[in-house]
Amino acid sequence: MSELLQFLISGITVGAIYAAIALGFTLIYNASGVVNFAQGEFVVIGGMTAAALIGAGVPVWIAAPLAVIAGMLVGVLLYRLAIRPAGQAPLVSLIIITIGASIFLRGAMQAVFDKQIHRYDGFSGDAPLRVGGATILPQSLWIIGGSVAVFAFLAWFLNRTRAGRGIRATASNRMAAALVGINTGRAMNLSFALSAAIGALAGVLATPVTFTSYDVGVLMALKGFSATMLGGVGSPLGALAGGLLIGLIEALTAGYISSDYKDASAFIVILLVLFLRPQGLFGARIMERV
Amino acid sequence: MAGQGTTAATAPVDTARRAHAGNGKARALIGPGLRTFLIFAVLVALGALIFPSSYFYRVGTLVWINTLAVTGIVVLLGYVGLVSLGHAGFFAIGAYATAIGPNYGIPSPLAMAGGVALAGLLALVVGRPILRLSGYYLAIATLGLGMLIWMVLSKEAWLTGGPDGMTVSGMNARNLFKLVGLKLKSAEAWYWVAGFVAAIGAAIAVNLANSPSGRALRAIHDSDVAARSLGIDVARAKSRAFVISAIYAAVAGALLALANGYITPETGGFMHSVEMVTMAVLGGAASVFGALVGALILTALPQLLTVFADYEHMVLGAIMVVTMIAMRRGLVPFIADLWNRRKS
Repeated sequence: MSELLQFLISGITVGAIYAAIALGFTLIYNASGVVNFAQGEFVVIGGMTAAALIGAGVPVWIAAPLAVIAGMLVGVLLYRLAIRPAGQAPLVSLIIITIGASIFLRGAMQAVFDKQIHRYDGFSGDAPLRVGGATILPQSLWIIGGSVAVFAFLAWFLNRTRAGRGIRATASNRMAAALVGINTGRAMNLSFALSAAIGALAGVLATPVTFTSYDVGVLMALKGFSATMLGGVGSPLGALAGGLLIGLIEALTAGYISSDYKDASAFIVILLVLFLRPQGLFGARIMERV
Repeated sequence: MAGQGTTAATAPVDTARRAHAGNGKARALIGPGLRTFLIFAVLVALGALIFPSSYFYRVGTLVWINTLAVTGIVVLLGYVGLVSLGHAGFFAIGAYATAIGPNYGIPSPLAMAGGVALAGLLALVVGRPILRLSGYYLAIATLGLGMLIWMVLSKEAWLTGGPDGMTVSGMNARNLFKLVGLKLKSAEAWYWVAGFVAAIGAAIAVNLANSPSGRALRAIHDSDVAARSLGIDVARAKSRAFVISAIYAAVAGALLALANGYITPETGGFMHSVEMVTMAVLGGAASVFGALVGALILTALPQLLTVFADYEHMVLGAIMVVTMIAMRRGLVPFIADLWNRRKS
């Protein structure tokens, strides 16, 4: 029983990370229709930057925000240098562009940082807390809290603020949004910046538990995708639920079936969703754009 | 033939249309597929003429094997407009089947055929439900599929030798040439075999482009909806293209296993999938000549520039982004356009 509880705790911890990635992914998809394959790289940028700064003696409370800002800058650069110049490119070109950007960022991180695996101490120490026969790392609470905070912030931002409504209007119809005076360019910049910041934050919070290295971005993106698809593409609530579910499935696979194949569970979920329920748990029916 | 022929050859997709317009009698005598085969054969022979050492033959072999694999990407990406990010998985299935077969008493050619069939079957089973949906689902699903295959190859050490890879025993192409009384070095023999298979693969791909089902694929490339309204079974056509391209990758993988004599799970790794797509994108995904040019550049570049290895990711990534923004159709059509403009 305590074993199961332990698996559930670690599942929710990694699930919260996947949920954050999925939320960032959903934000860009909703605003621009771009399926951003570079989403996982934001997570790595956050983690690697924080690790490098902390390694250089910068205190965590300065390093963490700086790492998020670094991710945000890369997000805006990605939009300005790669997505915007492509203009009205067909879907397949946009996929290739974001894949290319993701590979480029992976190489850039290898060049800027190194090929080692990195971690740093948890924000509130690494002494595990006991919870009914199982243990939980204080950092797990940071991760779960962080993801919930990101979800709440996005809900507030997109529904209650002028800038957030601008993003939603741009997403729903870019030309109509421009016609009523919304600065759609700014909305796009903002959605890439926010999405990258969310990814980088996930990386900063997760690194003490999951470790990071320059090449884990693709795997992170894949987990984020499966979370998004399980929850339903385009739905923030779906992203949150999907992320947690993927984390739980993965932890239970690792615990009861085979830790070698825990990463395979995300892929199996993608296939099952595509076969059985392509719209996901919370998604609207998929409409193909003509 | 000289001037017009080369420009037409760079865009074989257009050749049928031009042949209908009735320019050039030579074109009526030999079809686009045969012509492609002949051009490839000449290039293979040209390589053999100028190569000074076995090393060049080995790199040349790699170029033809990559061309073959990328021709599969051309069918999928160039003809239909779908991206696969897991094609290295199919490549590796062909390679590992060829490597594993002889260990269980299955002769190489049979093992090769088995691997190719397995890759095609897997593409069929996985592709069918996914290809009913919008384009990027295939990219995501193949990304996962490729990782799964890579995972199996790295973890199941009893079968595959694990991360260290395995040696491939079995046939040597030299023996094929001995049958007809030719004595070649092993590297030379594989070069000719790889070039020959790549030429056949290219010819088949060109003929496919000019066949009714190839036209159906290109109609889908332009618009799913329009193609459907013409009575094309879009999901079935896409799935057929996916299976064909998986078969190309598996044949290329089997060839690599035999020619190299050694394989590692990295043949099935994500970066290898990315490499294949980048080759197609760089050369021009619409034609087999784009596949050849992309494969040539990206196979030769790391050999010429040793710094390439350190910055491989950045170079590949930059090529993908810049090509897509600056010359969306790739190098070959881009240069052909420049050439045509200068002439007129």
